[in-house]
Amino acid sequence: METKAFQKIYTRIDNITKATVTLSATGVGNDELATVGGKLAQVVKINGDQVTLQIFSGTEGIATDSEVVFHGEPPTLNVSDNLAGRFFNAYGEPIEGGSQLEGERREIGGPTVNPFRRLQPSQMIATGIAGIDLNNTLVTGQKIPFFTDPDQPYNQVMAMVALRAQADKIILGGMGMSNDDFLFFKHVFENAGALDRIVSFVNTTENPPVERLLVPDMALTAAEYFAVDKGEKVLVLLTDMTQYADALAIVSNRMDQIPSKDSMPGSLYSDLAKIYEKAVQLPNGGSITLIAVTTLSGGDITHAVPDNTGYITEGQLFLRNDSDTGKVIIDPFRSLSRLKQLVIGKSTREDHPQVMNAAVRLYADAANAKTKLENGFDLTDYDERTLKFARDYSTELLAVDVNIDTETMLDTAWRLFAKYFTRSEVAIREDMMNKYWPE
Amino acid sequence: MSTTGKVSGIISNIVIVRADGPVAQNEICYVHLGDITMMAEVIKVVGDDAYVQVFDSTRGLTIGNHVEFAGHMLEVTLAPGILSRSYDGLQNDLAKMDGLFIERGTRTEPMDFDAKWEFTPIAQPGDTVTGGDWLGSVRELWIDHKIMVPFRMQEKYTVKSVAPAGEYTITEEIAVVTDKNGADHSVTMLQKWPVKIPIRNYREKPRPYKIMETGVRAIDTFNPLAEGGTGFIPGPFGAGKTVLQHAISKQADADIIMFVACGERANEVVEVFTEFPELKDPRTGHSLMERTTIICNTSNMPVAAREASVYTGMTIGEYYRAMGLKVLILADSTSRWAQALREMSNRLEELPGQDAFPMDLSAIISSFYARAGLVYLNNGETGSVTFLGTVSPAGGNLKEPVTESTKKAARCFYGLAQGRADSKRYPAIDPVDSYSKYLEYEEIKKYLDERVEEGWTDMVNLGKTIVLRGKEANDQINILGDDGVPIEYHDRFWKSELIDYVILQQDAFDDIDANCPMERQKFMFKMVLDICGREFRYEGFEDCSVFFKNLINLFRQMNYSEWQSEGFENYRRQICEAVEAKEAKNVQAA
Repeated sequence: METKAFQKIYTRIDNITKATVTLSATGVGNDELATVGGKLAQVVKINGDQVTLQIFSGTEGIATDSEVVFHGEPPTLNVSDNLAGRFFNAYGEPIEGGSQLEGERREIGGPTVNPFRRLQPSQMIATGIAGIDLNNTLVTGQKIPFFTDPDQPYNQVMAMVALRAQADKIILGGMGMSNDDFLFFKHVFENAGALDRIVSFVNTTENPPVERLLVPDMALTAAEYFAVDKGEKVLVLLTDMTQYADALAIVSNRMDQIPSKDSMPGSLYSDLAKIYEKAVQLPNGGSITLIAVTTLSGGDITHAVPDNTGYITEGQLFLRNDSDTGKVIIDPFRSLSRLKQLVIGKSTREDHPQVMNAAVRLYADAANAKTKLENGFDLTDYDERTLKFARDYSTELLAVDVNIDTETMLDTAWRLFAKYFTRSEVAIREDMMNKYWPE
Repeated sequence: MSTTGKVSGIISNIVIVRADGPVAQNEICYVHLGDITMMAEVIKVVGDDAYVQVFDSTRGLTIGNHVEFAGHMLEVTLAPGILSRSYDGLQNDLAKMDGLFIERGTRTEPMDFDAKWEFTPIAQPGDTVTGGDWLGSVRELWIDHKIMVPFRMQEKYTVKSVAPAGEYTITEEIAVVTDKNGADHSVTMLQKWPVKIPIRNYREKPRPYKIMETGVRAIDTFNPLAEGGTGFIPGPFGAGKTVLQHAISKQADADIIMFVACGERANEVVEVFTEFPELKDPRTGHSLMERTTIICNTSNMPVAAREASVYTGMTIGEYYRAMGLKVLILADSTSRWAQALREMSNRLEELPGQDAFPMDLSAIISSFYARAGLVYLNNGETGSVTFLGTVSPAGGNLKEPVTESTKKAARCFYGLAQGRADSKRYPAIDPVDSYSKYLEYEEIKKYLDERVEEGWTDMVNLGKTIVLRGKEANDQINILGDDGVPIEYHDRFWKSELIDYVILQQDAFDDIDANCPMERQKFMFKMVLDICGREFRYEGFEDCSVFFKNLINLFRQMNYSEWQSEGFENYRRQICEAVEAKEAKNVQAA
């Protein structure tokens, strides 16, 4: 960290806890950065001349006479086109060599876009995955997480979506990511020849957890540079937001705050919303689309992290194993894209909304039939047919390894309807039925 | 000399200010940081220290920064020119802000001070008036915006003069009134009112006796919301709260809609900005935006202003009520407001109640809901504020403090069920758990007898019983199997499914089905109820399900068809034929 001339150096720390130090200092601004014994810290509380600093990497080794230097500004990132193709740590410093970043210095965690200046998102993002395009269509400017158990291949699916999404820039924010996963992302992007449009901010499991708190703001400051200043379509990938929330809980605990549900801080909703709401469709054509990962514990979506996330994001994509087909599928019941109404049947074929709903309804009937079967009841002919339909639907449409265009998805659905059901069982609006029902 | 102070402590957005004079609880103050001026509200006073919550980020604030106290509480500006605007929680006009981002400390005027309004006097010199009484009116878009004696003037006054008809700005004098001591008071079109204090300038607040129609069958037919009533919609995420609220905001039979986006997604507000100006209000022929005002504090806007946003919305609603208008206030979501209270209480290190919410949460919620209501104004006219809030229960669990507190305060409960949402049965309003207390009101029953049909409430209750019995039958079928129960159970189950699919479910994205007028609701409900009242004989449970599935399909086509069109009639005929054919088989079997 560079030190400016005439900066006052404090050498008397009064209190040290596991994460914070307190000292007497004057003229200090709230949220300002400082260096304490060579470690980066941020002002979290000021009471009279008593300033409390949170040390990102922990206070191990900090002495009461350690040097404290205030930087006079909150965390910043130097933005320029040179960000592309680079890898940074949580402080925005290049990792794996390379020069320091030149560019305009911007505070991270900047102000909110005026809602009145936003545009309504209207451009579909095609991923080729029917579980997404057919049932939970994504739109530029949307924010949506994958809800997934840690054993699901979520990073792979996310990388696939990112590469097919035709974004101008992809910004990866890794929080508590294993080094192996980090290398995986790097590899995939490299192989796809996409490295020059990727920017990465990574905090791996080898780095101190509290540092993670800076990653989303760094990633989004870079994203805003490309979207706002350059009018580009930017896709931001944040993985894993549960690890981010865990870091919030650690900090709030050390600050003696009263925890609310699941030991999470009471401000969790606002903290997460501040990040997700950066997703935006701008009037200049630029956009920030945000795809995140929220890992679940045993599929429990009532835990505070997925629960608050679900209230903030515009839907969620729920990954699970389908035991009947052995495929990883995007669960049509728990998944949702709130913005799909803006494009389906408009930029896709007119029958899209009805086909999507009918297929999910029939799949729900199959789930009921399955319960009946498990409880040892006889199945009706209709039940049998729904089960067969469910198997085909799962393999041909829900599985994440499907890669077809939307028109083919719709045709496939109609083919499956006609194969297993009568027209009145499918119950779609009659004009659509007359037009698309395969004879 | 107004009080000033210096910043002496900062904990996130709570700032401790050492004040040099008197300070009032909830007083507004302005914190200066360089050339930025941030608004804040006093929430606690200890000795000379005022604890203020800043409605902005306190980043960069330092000890010793200058603070000025305003001498009043958080106020809204009330004058013609509110309709169709988009405000933030503190009534700054969002459209007037320059730039893409909302920079800290940005403040814009809530109305145009230069605009001229065509004024028509109502009161005459010599009239005795008091706060809230109409002195004249101006045309605001399509409504008659009444110019009133300011609400704070609660004594009796004599009108000395009223401006002649003509064009005036909101700050020009339009009347002079004289108080009992002979002192003259100048009245303009503009007045201010503190948002935390209810506007009570009316004669009486009777029990609601009318229905606010929404075009949503599950509400209007099954659990109607009263005009001047209160209701809330709790539901886990993804259950369709927002879609339902938007449908109501488009279709409800109200003069004015206050749409309060409190701590929710910005894109949802954008949807209103984008779509409402394009949509026509069938009642007036004007665009929907012309009856709508948006108060917008989205989830990434300052937390402290979230609480202010619901009060701002309510106060503006009360203002229009005092003009004799029907106001509907929609707040999405009141849980975010409660969470803002929790964050504040936590930073003040207050002893927490359940789930770390402040102890007085329940009292705050119920006194807020109590501001809604139908009122008789002093001149005998009626006005109303109907309030419908959403609640976002943590983990979808309705046994959490915000839901429980709201349940005590609101009279209608529209619980959204995850199970219904999962199987795409929208709107996911749970037909068994949801209720409207208004169905028990004698006044409302009488109103429905006249508005819809004699004995309507009994029909509704019969419908509810059929749904409940169907649910019980379904539980039995699931436990004992299709073969393990008598055929009547299947009959009961499928009759309830018929009501569910035809009446309760509604396609909010279909141009025709989305909005179902009362006349059509009555027709469909009576037709379904008639079938539910008939006895059929079945060859087996599959015969039963095939019969009803066919009916459901035909009824759905009917819901998608233009009211009383050829297609509609055609499906109706097919249904009657199917029912008659089935009954003919009854006779054969007998």
